[in-house]
Amino acid sequence: MRDIFLPALLPLIATSAPADPLVQIRDLNFAYDSRSILSGINITIPRGKVVAIMGPSGCGKTTTLRLIGGQLRPTSGEVRVAGQVVHECDDDGLYLLRRRMGMLFQFGALFTDMSVYDNVAFQMREHTNLPEELIHDLVLMKLHAVGLRGAYKLMPAELSGGMARRVALARAIALDPMLIMYDEPFAGLDPISLSIIGELIRTLNDALGASSIVVTHDVHESLKIVDYIYFVSEGKIVAEGTAEEIKESQAPYVHQFVWGEADGPVPFQYPARPYGEEMMEQPSKPRRWWS
Amino acid sequence: MSRMQQILRQIGHQVTERLWRLGFASRFLLMTVLYSGTALKRFHLTIREIYFTGVLSLIIILVSGMFVGMVLGLQGYDTLQRYGSSEALGVLVALSLVRELGPVVAALLFASRAGSAITAEIGLMKATEQLSAMEMMAVSPIARVVAPRFWAGVISMPMLAALFSAMGVLGGYLVGVKLIGVDEGAFWSQMQAAVDFRQDIMNGVIKSFVFGVLVSWIAVFEGYDADPTAEGVSRATTRTVVTSSLAILAADFVLTAFMFRGI
Ligand SMILES: Nc1ncnc2c1ncn2[C@@H]1O[C@H](COP(=O)(O)OP(=O)(O)OP(=O)(O)O)[C@@H](O)[C@H]1O
Ligand SMILES: [Mg+2]
Repeated sequence: MRDIFLPALLPLIATSAPADPLVQIRDLNFAYDSRSILSGINITIPRGKVVAIMGPSGCGKTTTLRLIGGQLRPTSGEVRVAGQVVHECDDDGLYLLRRRMGMLFQFGALFTDMSVYDNVAFQMREHTNLPEELIHDLVLMKLHAVGLRGAYKLMPAELSGGMARRVALARAIALDPMLIMYDEPFAGLDPISLSIIGELIRTLNDALGASSIVVTHDVHESLKIVDYIYFVSEGKIVAEGTAEEIKESQAPYVHQFVWGEADGPVPFQYPARPYGEEMMEQPSKPRRWWS
Repeated sequence: MSRMQQILRQIGHQVTERLWRLGFASRFLLMTVLYSGTALKRFHLTIREIYFTGVLSLIIILVSGMFVGMVLGLQGYDTLQRYGSSEALGVLVALSLVRELGPVVAALLFASRAGSAITAEIGLMKATEQLSAMEMMAVSPIARVVAPRFWAGVISMPMLAALFSAMGVLGGYLVGVKLIGVDEGAFWSQMQAAVDFRQDIMNGVIKSFVFGVLVSWIAVFEGYDADPTAEGVSRATTRTVVTSSLAILAADFVLTAFMFRGI
């Protein structure tokens, strides 16, 4: 009896147990055309935790977030969110999943034809039947959290870069999602807003019972707030650990990144042929207007 | 021989690429229609776009209509008076406007005034990741951004064409009757007698509706399909104006051929 039933029950137990991670990335590979961007990525985001993904520019962090959000399809491997394989969802399934995700885009991506207020209210109006009075209170609350309640009437074109990013943050958390993804939340912020936003990410995560992924270059700020850190370099995970482990770590990648050293295993250069070889070559002709 | 082959290959490539794009655009149109629920249920979204595409095109449409009508008055009188039938000026002005010039010229103006704006707007939204952001918020950009703009164009076009024709008739009247001195009673009564509601007016409305669908479809598709760069958006805008002008004129020929009754 037991032998027959246990295997059939196992998947049910595995997906419904609250202890299973919210996001599980397994052996993920991704390539744009033929250029491989991510190879063999394994990342686990446990429920209720804040996880950072760090790595040099161009290593594939934004790409990873887009794969989690289902905007790109993996070449192989899979991303599971709340037990569902993202790239196997149909359109409706994907949209249902995305309703419970919030994403802060690297460049804000505010709707330029709407005011700050309408940007934050957008999802509430699209996905809920809340009365306008309630939406009003919610929007001002979210804007207050990022310190921009006074700016609710402005249009995105009237905001500075850092302000736009904070509005985008307020918009990302508008519907209290279960998974919040922040793409570079600290870029372009002054030290004061930076630590306030850092605190905010942590508090929001704990207050909402959500899980968060923070993509960032800012080692010191993120070490203060995150539970676990992945280091990505050239599309691979090169180191991982809790904030304490990372601080103590002597691994060369981590050391170089944490201390911002120019020399080390993390390359600053985009992959290229040897410098000397490139210098000897004739420059490619500039493109003419008639070509 | 190899040069010949090269040319043939290039032609083949061009043709398949165009066909592929046409198929893609048709699928896009189908999607837009299927996802039109939001645009029609929350009609204020469409009304807002009608303001941007239709209402803001009013000035250029009205002024152009007036001028075209005035020119028709001058040229028509010049020809008609040689045959001693200058009272038929009203008929000439009204028929040319309602059947041909109203729908066609208004659509051409609409393509360059509103179509290009729609393409540029959607293209820029794509380039600045606003469409991606919308997708990540589980809102379909086709339902929320594309469909309202499409329907706004389809709804505005016949009204703009009608206003164009009305202004044209007014222009013809001013020049013919007030300036040149054609008999006012003959001008209006002959016009009333000669213009048929079904054969002339309805056919004109059908034309402008078809042009509205064409222009709006091309404009939203080019915007959605634009390369997400400054250059890509500017190319897409140009393509909208060129493609929709050609499409309007070609469709006009086909429609006129079908509506033609001989004598
Ligand atoms: N649309 C695209 N087509 C082709 N290649 C792309 C595209 N988008 C990104 N890439 C490439 O994918 C790689 C990873 O890009 P990604 O945006 O994920 O980097 P990132 O880690 O977010 O960098 P940054 O910290 O600078 O934002 C880059 O080398 C880039 O050249
Ligand atoms: Mg990035």
